[in-house]
Amino acid sequence: MDLQLLAQFVVCFAAFFMLVNASAVLVLAERKVMGFMQQRYGPYLVGPHGLLQPLADILKLLFKEELRPKGADKWLFTLAPIISVTAAFAAFAAVPWGAETTFFGLLDTPVKLGVADVNVAVLVVFAITSMGVYGIVLAGWSSNSKYSLLGGLRSSAQMISYELAYATALASVIMLAGSLSLRSVVDAQAGYWLGFIPRWYLFLQPLGFIIYVIAGVAETNRAPFDFPEAEQELVAGYNTEYSSVRFALFPQAEYINMTTMAAVATDLYLGGWHGPFLERYGLGWVWFLVKVGLILFAYIWVRWTVPRYRYDQLMQFGWKWLFPAAVLNLIATAAFILYFNA
Amino acid sequence: MPDTLLFYLFATVAIGASALVIGQRNPMYSIMLLIASFGALSALYIQLDAPFVAMAQVVVYAGAIMVLFLFVVMLLNAPQEDAAEWDRTHPLRRPGVARFGALLAGLLIVELVWAFVRVNDANAAVAARGDVAEISSVRSVGRVLFTDYVFAFEATSILILVAMVGAVVLAAREEKR
Repeated sequence: MDLQLLAQFVVCFAAFFMLVNASAVLVLAERKVMGFMQQRYGPYLVGPHGLLQPLADILKLLFKEELRPKGADKWLFTLAPIISVTAAFAAFAAVPWGAETTFFGLLDTPVKLGVADVNVAVLVVFAITSMGVYGIVLAGWSSNSKYSLLGGLRSSAQMISYELAYATALASVIMLAGSLSLRSVVDAQAGYWLGFIPRWYLFLQPLGFIIYVIAGVAETNRAPFDFPEAEQELVAGYNTEYSSVRFALFPQAEYINMTTMAAVATDLYLGGWHGPFLERYGLGWVWFLVKVGLILFAYIWVRWTVPRYRYDQLMQFGWKWLFPAAVLNLIATAAFILYFNA
Repeated sequence: MPDTLLFYLFATVAIGASALVIGQRNPMYSIMLLIASFGALSALYIQLDAPFVAMAQVVVYAGAIMVLFLFVVMLLNAPQEDAAEWDRTHPLRRPGVARFGALLAGLLIVELVWAFVRVNDANAAVAARGDVAEISSVRSVGRVLFTDYVFAFEATSILILVAMVGAVVLAAREEKR
């Protein structure tokens, strides 16, 4: 067997494995962090310190009865969770998560860490994540339930509104790096200013980073922007009528989307796998994981400390504050580049 | 060889899905099939070494415009086209629609013939410009858009702006009543 091909396969599988497990780990982390913030233990009984809780959850969901409402659209009801989770997995394919590796000298030519090295990676990620909304909208429509429908409608309106700010924030970074490839964006951030400040775009684009993160939270339907599933108003929103594995796919897609969002933020703003010490030994991807982990922790932190917005506030914030701020940021970045490069 | 197979696969999906779009009675299914057709088209663009155009296709058409379609269909909660009470013929078979459709089909045939006649010209033009991947790169698309076609580009943006202002005006008038 071709060793090079095998190595590429191993890299792809590693990405898939990480994503599948990211959702399990995040569920547990979410409940543990929530417990900590609310001064209680969180899950504690299954396994040491409740570490096996996600496993128990998955087993429980697998053995639950699968229900489908009588008036539901048979095809779209089945298709919706599949679209959600497929889009979530596929988006990560264009995200690089490390430099190159020879697997400690096993290979002649090094393999790039990342499923596919696309030269328009930023657009690919953006395009595929924007496909994910169909899963939610179709789930809401096909369930034939008013709560689901409202959840689906809110989700589509919300995602259209925040995608604009999100894409505009991305455009500023693309202009700075002069490339749509995430790998070149990361490589443009190697090195240090004045010998100790890392050349991260976070320091050039602080506003862009904030806009990206806020829009990212809204895009992944997380609190404080979790209107598609606002439980006080909509029972459970778009996934009200789902049960068993079909239900499980929605939160899984959400957690994978969170991971992708954090990974892209790391690549765009936090210098990707660049960091002190570890890169020398070809372990840059550890830095990547650490940075992604920090962003994900912030995600969970925000969810359990900030109350949910009101729906009209969400729309106003998106259109009247976030989007204009993103456009101003874009224009300022363009002026900056013209002034210093001309 | 795999390239050719993939081309036929995506071409079949694109044509099949497009044909099914107009064959569906349920607008929801039509929208999903149209998205599938756009996806297959974007795959064809990738095969033509134009990843930027492919992704723009997905972002703009499949991502933004179709979400809007879906939103409208859901909001109006358009039912299946059950014409049981008055007219059992498929909407496409009604005389007025059929005539209009025939007219459009005729135009399409003319356009296709025109395009096929010009295939060699287009190939020659591409060959003269050099690398295909270079022509369809973001940089060249952007440059052409803001130099040669800047008038069309700006005119389009004004057109969209007019539509937006119109929508706001209509919505505001509704509120006053």
